[in-house]
Amino acid sequence: MSFVPDLRLLASIGAARAAQLASRTLKRGGGSTIPGVVARRVDPKVLKKLSKRLTLGSVAVTGTNGKTTTTRMIGKILQTAGVRAVNNSTGANLVTGVTAALVSDSSLSGKPSSGMGLFEVDEASIPRVAAEAELKILAVLNLFRDQLDRYGELAYTGKVIASAFADLPRGGAVVLNADDPLVASLGRSTGGPVFYGVDEPDLDTGRLQHVADSKDCPICGTPLDYAAVYMGHVGVYGCPTGDFSRPPLDYRASRVRPEGARGSSFLLTTPKGEREAKISLPGLYNVYNALAAAAVAGEAGVGLEDIVRGIGEFGGAFGRVERIEAGDREAFLLLIKNPVGFNEILRTFVTGAEAKNVLIAINDNDADGRDVSWLWDVDFEMLAEARAAGKADAAPFTVSGIRAGDMAVRLKYAELPVGEVVPDREEAIKMALQSTPPGETLYVLPTYTAMLEIRKALSDMGYTHPFWEDR
Amino acid sequence: MLTIHHLYADMMNLYGDRGNVISIKKRCEWRGIGVEVVDVGLGERVRPTGCDIFLFGGGQDREQALLADDLSGSKGEDLRAVVEDGGVVLGVCGGYQLMGHHYETPEGEKLPGVGIFDLHTEPRKPDEARLIGNVLVEVPAPETGDVRRVVGFENHGGRTYLGDCEPLGTVVAGFGNNGRDGTEGARRLNAYGTYLHGSLLPKNPWLTDQLILTALRREDDTVELEPLEDSAEGNAFASMAGRLAGRR
Repeated sequence: MSFVPDLRLLASIGAARAAQLASRTLKRGGGSTIPGVVARRVDPKVLKKLSKRLTLGSVAVTGTNGKTTTTRMIGKILQTAGVRAVNNSTGANLVTGVTAALVSDSSLSGKPSSGMGLFEVDEASIPRVAAEAELKILAVLNLFRDQLDRYGELAYTGKVIASAFADLPRGGAVVLNADDPLVASLGRSTGGPVFYGVDEPDLDTGRLQHVADSKDCPICGTPLDYAAVYMGHVGVYGCPTGDFSRPPLDYRASRVRPEGARGSSFLLTTPKGEREAKISLPGLYNVYNALAAAAVAGEAGVGLEDIVRGIGEFGGAFGRVERIEAGDREAFLLLIKNPVGFNEILRTFVTGAEAKNVLIAINDNDADGRDVSWLWDVDFEMLAEARAAGKADAAPFTVSGIRAGDMAVRLKYAELPVGEVVPDREEAIKMALQSTPPGETLYVLPTYTAMLEIRKALSDMGYTHPFWEDR
Repeated sequence: MLTIHHLYADMMNLYGDRGNVISIKKRCEWRGIGVEVVDVGLGERVRPTGCDIFLFGGGQDREQALLADDLSGSKGEDLRAVVEDGGVVLGVCGGYQLMGHHYETPEGEKLPGVGIFDLHTEPRKPDEARLIGNVLVEVPAPETGDVRRVVGFENHGGRTYLGDCEPLGTVVAGFGNNGRDGTEGARRLNAYGTYLHGSLLPKNPWLTDQLILTALRREDDTVELEPLEDSAEGNAFASMAGRLAGRR
């Protein structure tokens, strides 16, 4: 740390504070990005300079699915371990958002109040963040087909992420999902990657879904042999040519027992020993998020007890999985982003007839992804099969959102009953709640901006108290 | 009995191309027409039955390179023969590009195509963007020549230029083949190529029925299709067409 005050840095922080104040006063939202833009304009090295002053360094999480949840979960673990971390808020996951978070955590003289930086970072922004933020750990969760309209090809996204590995400081670690072949193959671009994954034969779905994106060997292109497929292209695999297979696991979940909406329990094995762990978020995808969080925290030096306690106490991130009391009913919000996530939600809640009252809301704003073709890759046919076999209830789904019409066509071609088609989100949530019998739960499956609209409608109706507080 | 040959189903299904298969299948089943879906993978030969629809979807560059190799031999010849014989083929995105003479990847690799259409595809230049967004196209109906409207979503880096080849239609909103000449897709006999991916057929059921009818009439030219109740499809189409109308 320099004894000569860095005037450019101070000016940058001052300008960012002013911008934040102005943005809040003008009610232009919470000001989660603008201060970062302003700060970087005054001092392009502001992120680099402030990162160096974090005594415990920074960690970052990237990948298609689960960034927000995993980052929040790491935050909970760190909090349990008594480490104060500065976290960029939901959505602001470009380099400007990361900068804004650090600037607002710092004093006017440029001293961070947190010991550690904890950032969720958009896949395409990883090289810049890594070059500036001295990342101690970089975790890559998964690479699914999501918003290809922004990124083009999946293999290219992998290359972009791997290009950042060289910018990690000495001793920096790369944490990778061993069960996602494309992600695991990125380990070849760095020394000593840390791998996490699941070993649970009972969860084998037995087939690659239509949406499996990278089921060919990332090294030679030969179709991979799968010993187990957990979701999408994620599972236990090997290339028949022998040049690539799932790497040995450093952090592992076994004996995974899904308990529906209540969450899952599993045996967490780490280099420092093993413990029974519980997570209160539903679905196997959240077991993966918990594993990633455990690996990042473990590599950052947090003890196993704190990891297990943090995972267990974590209640979910805003809108991803959220219960809202709505009078004598309740609404369960489950964010959908892409076909793999949608399939997991259908599999976890709907095929087992747990979700009887369902509202699906599809928007195509920029934040949702403008292309809705992926609805055809969601395995609604699996649901039709479950219904035919009497395993699920036959109540029709209410359909809403800007692309309600497309969703209705999709359900029709899966031979599922289509209920009311109500493009307006506010009207749709009111109607769906009304037709949910008292004491029952309405399952709401919205894309991102539809989730925000429905959440607001619920709040306008006076239903604001979430069981799981957003923090 | 109609046979849908899904070319490289496991490799070329990038943007909901499966929706096109489902759409044809269901619209046959709802009318009591027998339908079978056959996946034609790498190294497998094309086996036309007469009453066929061949579907060729989109993929990523690496997959396209593998396919180009597979198509360079007898499979490509068979496909050309199918088209000359009046067989029904629909190529979307990557499949469409590979139905032309060649496709050049962003890395400058020139992949040979099947040569069904007289067209070629160039990579985008470094300063050019991908062509992405909702599309509205005016398409002359294959049988009558009446102009019908079709909606879809396009997402391609490559720019396709037609030689001596009829376009599928004219762009009303969106980019089309290359963003410059106002053409979209290609047509030769009963073979169609287009950048409109994913839910193309489900939302444009008249086109689906046209493909089905053309295929069935190769065996029995008196066949007629029973009309279906299409209000859901009509609503989805109208909602997008309404958004796009008047935009250019």
